[in-house]
Amino acid sequence: MDMLELVDIFVLALLAATAVAVARVRNLWAAVMFTGIYSFLGAAWMLILDAPDVAFTEAAVGAGISTVLMLGTLALTSREEKPSKKSPVLPLIVVVVTGSTLIYGTLDMPRVGDPSAPVHTRMNPSYIEKSEHDMHGEMPNVVTSVLASYRGYDTLGETTVIFTAGIAVLLILRKPGKRKTELPNSAEQKGSHG
Amino acid sequence: MFVVASLSILITMALALIRAMLGPTVFDRVLALNMFGTKTVLFICVYCFASGRTDFLDLALLYSLMNFIGMVALLRFSQFGSFGGKGQELSQ
Repeated sequence: MDMLELVDIFVLALLAATAVAVARVRNLWAAVMFTGIYSFLGAAWMLILDAPDVAFTEAAVGAGISTVLMLGTLALTSREEKPSKKSPVLPLIVVVVTGSTLIYGTLDMPRVGDPSAPVHTRMNPSYIEKSEHDMHGEMPNVVTSVLASYRGYDTLGETTVIFTAGIAVLLILRKPGKRKTELPNSAEQKGSHG
Repeated sequence: MFVVASLSILITMALALIRAMLGPTVFDRVLALNMFGTKTVLFICVYCFASGRTDFLDLALLYSLMNFIGMVALLRFSQFGSFGGKGQELSQ
């Protein structure tokens, strides 16, 4: 098990190196690519932490959709980041203070896999006991049955929200040239009706 | 054995990351990202067998699909400057 911890440390080190690369690189196209690498690594890390559903989401949203959306944004802006002339001291202090506050907050959290943690003691055990019978067979993962069946309407609502947000982003990123050709026509129609 | 395999895959990932950082041209970086995605798929497979939960192997399939789609999007973007559409075909 100690050897597997070595793998965990290696993955976390690669995550940190990628994050520094995203912050340092000036070519925005390369930065988008590094965020893709970061999502792949982050999803692998979530898999190591026994969260396959979150890893699925991170792979689909982080590595798939958001890369495409950021490239679409790059098509509307320039490829190079303008060098900032402001002093980086104040943002650095803010980031360090926020980060140390967050790390201080994790000190109160229970250890990973602690059986006495609230997440393992407060939940109604009937989900685990009845899940296999309710799902008519062998369901290897209780999370899936809770997410897709017991909380099905909740998940449907979340999907609707994400779908609406995707439509909004697509409308924002639409090519401006198309609208210019449409606008005079609609103006003419309005004029002819009026 | 699985640990040694996953560590060597991670070293390959680190090399790809270095190439992506240094890479002078766009295509060095595209190749590095593609290789990184492939190595992630391999790493997940090896880690699943190392930790004994082979039902996570589905994730590796999803990752290879994501890698393919992302690569097609990146290459389209680097060739055309945006994602196709009517105006794009005219500008070719």
